[in-house]
Amino acid sequence: MAETRKDSLAVYVHWPFCLSKCPYCDFNSHVRDSVDDARWRRALCLEIDYWAEQTPGRHVGSIFFGGGTPSLMAPETVAAVIERIGMKWSLDAAAEITLEANPTSAEAARFAAFREAGVNRLSLGVQALDDTALKFLGRQHDANEARAALDLARRIFPRFSFDLIYARPEQSAAAWRQELSTALDMAAGHVSLYQLTIEKGTPFYTRQRDGEINPPGEAHAADLFDITNALAATAGYSAYEISNYAKPAHASRHNLAYWRYQDYAGIGPGAHGRLRTAENGARALRQHAKPETWLEAVERVGHGSAEARPLEPTEQAEEMLMMGLRLHEGINLVFFTERTGLTLEQAIRPGALTRLGDGGLLSHDGQNLRATDKGRNVLNSLLSELFA
Amino acid sequence: MTDLALIRNFAIIAHIDHGKSTLADRMIEICGGLQKREMTSQVLDSMDIERERGITIKAQTVRLKHKAKDGKTYTLNLVDTPGHVDFSYEVSRSLAACEGSLLVVDATQGVEAQTLANAYLAVDGGHEVIPVLNKIDLASAEPERIQQQIEDVVGIDATDALPISAKTGEGVKEVLDALVERLPAPEGDADAPLKALLVDSWYDQYLGVMILVRVQDGYLRKGIKVRMMGLGSTHDIERVGVFTPKNEIVEALGPGEIGFITASIKDVSECEVGDTFTEERRQTAEPLPGFKPSVPVVFCGLFPADSDDFERLRESLAKLSLNDSSFHYEAETSAALGMGFRCGFLGLLHLEIVEERLEREFDLDLVATAPSVVYHLRTTQDEEFDLHNPADMPDPTKIRAIDEPWIKASIMVPDEYLGPVLALCQEKRGEQTDLTYAGSRALVTYRLPLNEVVFDFYDRLKSISRGYASFDYHLDGYQESNLVKLGILINGEPVDSLSMVVHRDQAEARGRALCLRLKDLIPRQLFKVAIQAAIGGKVVARETVSAMRKDVTAKCYGGDVSRKRKLLDRQKRGKKRMRQFGNVEIPHEAFLAALKMGED
Repeated sequence: MAETRKDSLAVYVHWPFCLSKCPYCDFNSHVRDSVDDARWRRALCLEIDYWAEQTPGRHVGSIFFGGGTPSLMAPETVAAVIERIGMKWSLDAAAEITLEANPTSAEAARFAAFREAGVNRLSLGVQALDDTALKFLGRQHDANEARAALDLARRIFPRFSFDLIYARPEQSAAAWRQELSTALDMAAGHVSLYQLTIEKGTPFYTRQRDGEINPPGEAHAADLFDITNALAATAGYSAYEISNYAKPAHASRHNLAYWRYQDYAGIGPGAHGRLRTAENGARALRQHAKPETWLEAVERVGHGSAEARPLEPTEQAEEMLMMGLRLHEGINLVFFTERTGLTLEQAIRPGALTRLGDGGLLSHDGQNLRATDKGRNVLNSLLSELFA
Repeated sequence: MTDLALIRNFAIIAHIDHGKSTLADRMIEICGGLQKREMTSQVLDSMDIERERGITIKAQTVRLKHKAKDGKTYTLNLVDTPGHVDFSYEVSRSLAACEGSLLVVDATQGVEAQTLANAYLAVDGGHEVIPVLNKIDLASAEPERIQQQIEDVVGIDATDALPISAKTGEGVKEVLDALVERLPAPEGDADAPLKALLVDSWYDQYLGVMILVRVQDGYLRKGIKVRMMGLGSTHDIERVGVFTPKNEIVEALGPGEIGFITASIKDVSECEVGDTFTEERRQTAEPLPGFKPSVPVVFCGLFPADSDDFERLRESLAKLSLNDSSFHYEAETSAALGMGFRCGFLGLLHLEIVEERLEREFDLDLVATAPSVVYHLRTTQDEEFDLHNPADMPDPTKIRAIDEPWIKASIMVPDEYLGPVLALCQEKRGEQTDLTYAGSRALVTYRLPLNEVVFDFYDRLKSISRGYASFDYHLDGYQESNLVKLGILINGEPVDSLSMVVHRDQAEARGRALCLRLKDLIPRQLFKVAIQAAIGGKVVARETVSAMRKDVTAKCYGGDVSRKRKLLDRQKRGKKRMRQFGNVEIPHEAFLAALKMGED
């Protein structure tokens, strides 16, 4: 797996706008008639200045444009942000710069410009290769557009990935097997395969409550997950994280920074950060979520920070376990203690390690703690067992 | 002080809905105790729950003035009696305060089992019983038939039964006259040392503990120091009064009179019903006969459905016990259910009333463990003790014998439902002792183990007879029985509060049912959960909750950390309400739900 420098920083940039809201999405996304590109460009750059001042001299190992729909950004804005990051921090020559994109033809038309701006990895929100499913998911593209966008991405970007959502209502094992096989044939080293999660506050939540849609039960969902891992493995993709599959050296460096609990700065509305500085120690950071609130705050005071809270060692330990156990590689315990100041035994409930180890859910070899395949399948309950 | 010859003390015996309270209201009205506008419906039943269920829980009393045919004005003291034999001792003390009773029977319905039990108590207590046929204004009234039924079933002369309508007031004045003419005046010696019966006590928020008394000999006056002969405590009398039915302070209470006293007593538990008051400096030689401290018969654990309500439950129980000296409780911590109370009751209805009052008046959502009775245990070491909680039952090899309490039950049921009622009694290990008919209604008497009756007998009796069967019982001694403790084990560890004492023949079926119920209620865990029912060391039923296969958040990136950690914090708090069984933790709620389902 790609090694990163210890003082390396990951920078997340949030673009909060979408053309329409998907019924499963509970992300910080907003639909607006028009967006003042120049104004937003200035604000994003101002906030970069602010966070860079807080963390001087750090090397940025990755940038990730997420959203919302960052492929709706003006390529000039993307270019300006990348340039500013390079100017205020130092940007590694090999930095991974990812942009999330929708596969509609309109957005695909900008791919070349994004590449020009410095983006070297595209993450396409394909979600399904079936028109009925795409419609159900509220997507604006169809399967043909998705294929075309993937072909284009392959030609333009050194690396690309795409997302699929499975365990959809009424999705049979056979249908998913078919869809996933097709998808893996089109992949180029990395895919994110998410089970549909119905979140509170989304239209799907209401429809599920009213009995209109019935996502698969636990047993079927578990079967689909097993199929996914088996097919991916056959195609040479290993599940390096619960929903992320990569060929060797294709894992997302940026996302690994989250899961390895390295520092990241969040730029833009609703972005979160975890930063350690000599001055403030480890802090959890959160920016104003509403686009207009964030924008006005940045213009007024230079940043849109809504919360900057010191993290206790135990909180850091919990977060690190929460994230690290999602990874196949698990957690390096030396790094764990360095990072949190706690030994593993201090951080978790007495007896839990033995219980979960004996039950075949955790493995612990003295150097690394990792969740087994079985353990990762039930990680939420495992974590609650570990901490409570 | 009233001339003894001008006093009549009486009680009213009636089944729920047969018109006792309406009759009392009419009497109060006729005697001018309250203005019409002051009459709330059913003055005597002052608690909501009493009014709704038509059951009197506290003995209340009212002093009436009635000008009789002889031109003299008599004092009639009505003592209202608790309406259910869970309170049969309290009933017997109320009756002991009177010389006679009105037996009020609904002329459209006839005698019911509960009426019967109290009528027998009155007859046994030497009362003059005056039968009253109520609701004669209704077209369906059959006074002649019911009159005959009273003679057949109760065994008293009903020739002079009084036909009335408490609703319209017809015949009520004749009832007042009959009380004067047919009941004996009380006897008592005004010069003898004080001797007075403690009939009941309750907590009044203004006056504190109020004690209802019937004076036998001597006088109760403000300022004297009295001794409770049973408990041996002494108190200075602060107030002496009567109910008209409003509180009215009087100078003194003399022989034959009924009224209340207050004596700066903090707690009703210091006032045992049936105790005798005497004057401290001039004591009577002998207390009044029949005093028995109250003994709980049925026990159960009460737990708040939401463990945050524990403190509120404690406060509510304390408030409730202010008014109910027969209700016992102590804190109990159950590993499976959390914190709650072990409570003792005079009987099933008493349990139900307490539970209902807690839920209604104190707005608590409660879960009760299966009611259990008090067993007499004899160990192989020949030690004897009372077992109040099945969880405390010793290892079977250490038990020589277990005796369980039996009851004598009277069930009155229309002919057409007799078959299923007999079948139910047989199933509950009953022994039939008598079966007679009064018209188309059967009166069947069974001896039954109380343990079977507390389980689900009453609910089933009601359902198989479509509500037409009436049921009453009194305790009828202990006898040895083949009883076992049925325990529930989760992953091999016992769940204290789910254990129960059952007859060996029924243990397996109960165990199977409980295991199945728990299987539905225990959420899936990281590891599989074995649910077993066991008798002693032998497993008689087993179910398994298989391990969960999938429980993981699909997406978790930099922005999700805080949200996810909050979720974990909530789960952590939830863990406080869990109990560890081997490698899994099960929420109290699952066990509480299992008990709650049992109520359906």
